[in-house]
Amino acid sequence: MPERLYGIRHHGPGSARAVVQELERQPPEVLLVEGPPEADALVRWVADSGLEPPVALLGYAADDPRRAAFWPFAVFSPEWQAIRWAVERGVPVRFFDLPFAYRLADDARPARPAEPAPGDAGDGPDAADAGPADAGPADAGPADAGPGGGDAGPRGGEPPRRPVDPIGELAAAAGYDDPERWWEDVVEHRGMPAFEAIAEAMTAIREQSYEDPDDLVREAYMRGVLREVRKSYDDIAVVCGAWHVPALARKVAVKDDTALLKGRKKAKVDFTWVPWTYGRLASWSGYGAGVSSPGWYHHLFTSADEVVPRWLVDAAGVLRSEGVPTSSAHVIEATRLAEALATMRGRPLAGLAEVTEAAEAVMCDGEPLRVELITRKLVVGERLGGVPDDMPSVPLAKDLAAQQRAARLKPEALERALDLDLRKDTDLKRSRLLHRLRTIDVPWGEPTATRRGTGTFREEWRLRWQPEFAIRLVEGSMYGTTVEAAATAKVIRAAAKAETLADVTALVETCLVAELSEAYPRVLASLDTRAALDADVNHLMAAIPALARTLRYGDVRRTDVAGLATVTASLLGRVCAALPSAVGSLSDEAAKLLRDRVDGVHTAVGLLDDDELRERWMSTLGSLAGRADLHGLLAGRLTRLLLDAGRLDGAEVRRRLRLPLTVGTPPAHAAAWVEGFLSGGGLLLVHDEALLALLDDWLADIPPGAFDDVLPLLRRTFGAFDAGERRAIGERLAGPRSGEPEAGGLGFDPVRADLVLPTLSALLGREISAEAR
Amino acid sequence: MTALRPHAEDQYAEELALLAASDDRPRPPGWRLSPQAVVTYLLGDGAKITPKYVGPRRLMEVAVSTLVTDRALLLLGVPGTAKTWVSEHLAAAVSGDSTLLVQGTAGTAEEAIRYGWNYARLLAEGPTDAALVPSPIMRAMRTGTIARLEELTRVPSDVQDALITILSEKTLPVPELNTEVQAERGFNLIATANDRDRGVNELSSALRRRFNTVVLPVPASADDEVEIVARRVEQLGRSLDLPEVPAALDEIRRVVTIFRELRGGLTEDGRTKLKSPTGTLSTAEAISVITNGLALAAHFGDGRLHPADVASGIVGAVVKDPVSDGVVWREYLETVVRERADWRDFYRAARDA
Repeated sequence: MPERLYGIRHHGPGSARAVVQELERQPPEVLLVEGPPEADALVRWVADSGLEPPVALLGYAADDPRRAAFWPFAVFSPEWQAIRWAVERGVPVRFFDLPFAYRLADDARPARPAEPAPGDAGDGPDAADAGPADAGPADAGPADAGPGGGDAGPRGGEPPRRPVDPIGELAAAAGYDDPERWWEDVVEHRGMPAFEAIAEAMTAIREQSYEDPDDLVREAYMRGVLREVRKSYDDIAVVCGAWHVPALARKVAVKDDTALLKGRKKAKVDFTWVPWTYGRLASWSGYGAGVSSPGWYHHLFTSADEVVPRWLVDAAGVLRSEGVPTSSAHVIEATRLAEALATMRGRPLAGLAEVTEAAEAVMCDGEPLRVELITRKLVVGERLGGVPDDMPSVPLAKDLAAQQRAARLKPEALERALDLDLRKDTDLKRSRLLHRLRTIDVPWGEPTATRRGTGTFREEWRLRWQPEFAIRLVEGSMYGTTVEAAATAKVIRAAAKAETLADVTALVETCLVAELSEAYPRVLASLDTRAALDADVNHLMAAIPALARTLRYGDVRRTDVAGLATVTASLLGRVCAALPSAVGSLSDEAAKLLRDRVDGVHTAVGLLDDDELRERWMSTLGSLAGRADLHGLLAGRLTRLLLDAGRLDGAEVRRRLRLPLTVGTPPAHAAAWVEGFLSGGGLLLVHDEALLALLDDWLADIPPGAFDDVLPLLRRTFGAFDAGERRAIGERLAGPRSGEPEAGGLGFDPVRADLVLPTLSALLGREISAEAR
Repeated sequence: MTALRPHAEDQYAEELALLAASDDRPRPPGWRLSPQAVVTYLLGDGAKITPKYVGPRRLMEVAVSTLVTDRALLLLGVPGTAKTWVSEHLAAAVSGDSTLLVQGTAGTAEEAIRYGWNYARLLAEGPTDAALVPSPIMRAMRTGTIARLEELTRVPSDVQDALITILSEKTLPVPELNTEVQAERGFNLIATANDRDRGVNELSSALRRRFNTVVLPVPASADDEVEIVARRVEQLGRSLDLPEVPAALDEIRRVVTIFRELRGGLTEDGRTKLKSPTGTLSTAEAISVITNGLALAAHFGDGRLHPADVASGIVGAVVKDPVSDGVVWREYLETVVRERADWRDFYRAARDA
């Protein structure tokens, strides 16, 4: 055989070192790497110093960028090291996996791009599909497609699958929880010919395992490429997942392979390099792709000696940078503990588990937050890759360009203002685009406070395109390949991470203004959860007005607000239940805050078209208003709200008004009561005849002796009104009372008043006749 | 034996002897067993050796490794997570003696940690060796065994700091006699502290640095917890000579479920979020609720454990703060318990309790 097969563990630093050693020892004429052949042209970029791992090959359908897949590479990935080696020495490199185009064209299984699974030992194009269209139809998993897959299952009830990380399982069988330490211990330290041994082991495992039909197709293709390459080269090196080695070494008739591949259609696909992060590498582990500890692997790959002390020194550095005093003595003791642990477990080397536990016990004082810090900063790592500036653009940028054309908005470096009228289709599109871009950290437009008009259909923006947005687009492309998909994925993540109710409420509004209908249910679910946990009724009340506004005016944007109503109703229900226990024993500040909240919710309830909710809210207020332990400000306010809603009649209100001013009430309480009752502006007093009359009667009723005591309280409230309002109130009171028509005054002319009725009817949408008034 | 509660090394003497006989691995100086055997003693081997601690193996491994590297061990955890239990068994397994114990309280004086004086002799003879009253820790240093210090964070800070010399220099100077006691090999200290009481007397960082910390968590799965409760209830019932009542596994499971759900703030099916009460609702409390229920059933009931027997115990354990916990419990009762069809009688019993 002219070729040498290097079966590797994807993202395995041990494999990476071994592959490079082997290549150095026996340089081949050509290098075949497991990966999508369409990306062959991109290999040359590896020589560019601007392409800095972790990076990923991104493949996507040219006509529909949402269908995409990623093949990530870290510096410790054997494939990356092999390609680097070849490119530096001018050895030709070819990817020889099944073309991505075949997989995309496989229309029978539309969701396949979500799980292309070319990786064996755990790499595989990370599923890219943040795109909602792809995530929707839940894929039944590869095993279900396999004929007769039910019998060969290695695990009881689950559908049979082949091992995702066969080398990892070998290691686990040997009692290691860190496959890389196993590799180092078993393969490297004993100096055995690594790849022969791995190939043998895989052959043995594969004989017993379930065969994934996808693998068979891919391997048939790989063998085809291999046959072709053999014709022109004599010395071939093949780097592929260890799982495939037995299949590639096996003799298979050409016609069997072609039969497997026959009738496959090809879609048109594009490829590019995108920057990746270690966090992404780890977070995809749910797919069986990716690794859970990229930072540790990076460390294993890059540190030549003293692996454990170096790691713990780094961990101490992380803790110190967060202000946790960590001395060298800590590092010494942690190293000792890690080694003692390894000894006790019968392992020659301390692995990730041992160093983590040692760091936890010695350096972190058992504090989970600090352990998490080390995990985040060190075990996963925060390394972000980079791509050269002249890299062909990512699909997200292409999608943005298309959307910019559709919305007729050009990116300009100069700042300019944009005035949108959301009733127009184009403007609505623009607004959506700008909002979506803001969610993926491309603040091309900043909304400004509207200066004229209070219409909810107006939006003002300041637009300014900054060059670094291009980079943000590249970064954003790991969330999705279209603006919408990326924004959706971003919002869903934010909703899952949000800590306070207010954060989630803000996200609900974002969802609506940016019209991210896919993210919407998830955000609502998160909102519901936060609301259930939030014990502070103030937070709950603060969330309601925004929701009610959206519910009422959301339809300007023609979005679907179903679901929001349910959540709002349940939120209000919780508020009604919790309010009674929250209003007692309040300080002045707290009472003021709560009064504002109650006002906010009251207005919001008015906006909702739901009589039952309103009834519930009003009866809650009603039962509260009668309580004796209420802060004056609230008591006054609630009485007023109930009066305005017609829940209390004049006589009752007069009685209540009188109460605070009697002997039994401390003056501060009385002052607050009056303030609460009358706040909301003097203008209302000018125009609300009934209210004014009520107040007037009450004032006239006060016995002369008590009047001196009441006067400062009243002055305090009325002093807050505008001078103009005060004068108007005075004029009203000095003038004739209603009900005593005055000759020569501004009489009421019914004929002239009737003239407005037709217009009014048209506006309100119902017939209003003169008699109805 | 008439002791109400025999020491671990007496109660499990057979198991310790069995392990020592078959233990062929190297033993650190002063140890009765090898580290691996100590871990086996704690976690059980599924046959002759009963598990003393049910929980992650790695925690016990870290704890034992800590003692091997002669660093002091600090066991942290909310009340009722078997801190004292583990420390007792560690001491029993490592040095065959779990009695060298100092109970930390707000009133613990330095004499309890260093040494005191027999004042009669001190007056008669002046400061002599014979007049010295060694503390359990000093005795442990002399004999090269494990000393235990309970509730370290309750001990006043100035008294805590008396430990620093002992732990770093492994020596205890006695200036009055112009001598010192040097720790024999095998000496070490296991301290326990309560997570919730943190800040009462927070350890100084100098002292903290001398300890490796192991946090004992609440049991990870319901089955683990049921197993722990069932086993302890049985042992306790035997040692308290309660009349034989079949500890209904269903009731145990129910108590554990309620405790876990309220503690975690989430129902076991993961569907409903709940508020958590102020109490810790530890496994130890679940054990005492069940034991209490068994006593009720045996002495005042028909000899079978009924929902009503545990209901009042549960309410007492959950509602520690009558206002806020009361709300939490009522909410839980009405939204979760009521919905469960097979919990009907418990719902009724709990509502009446």
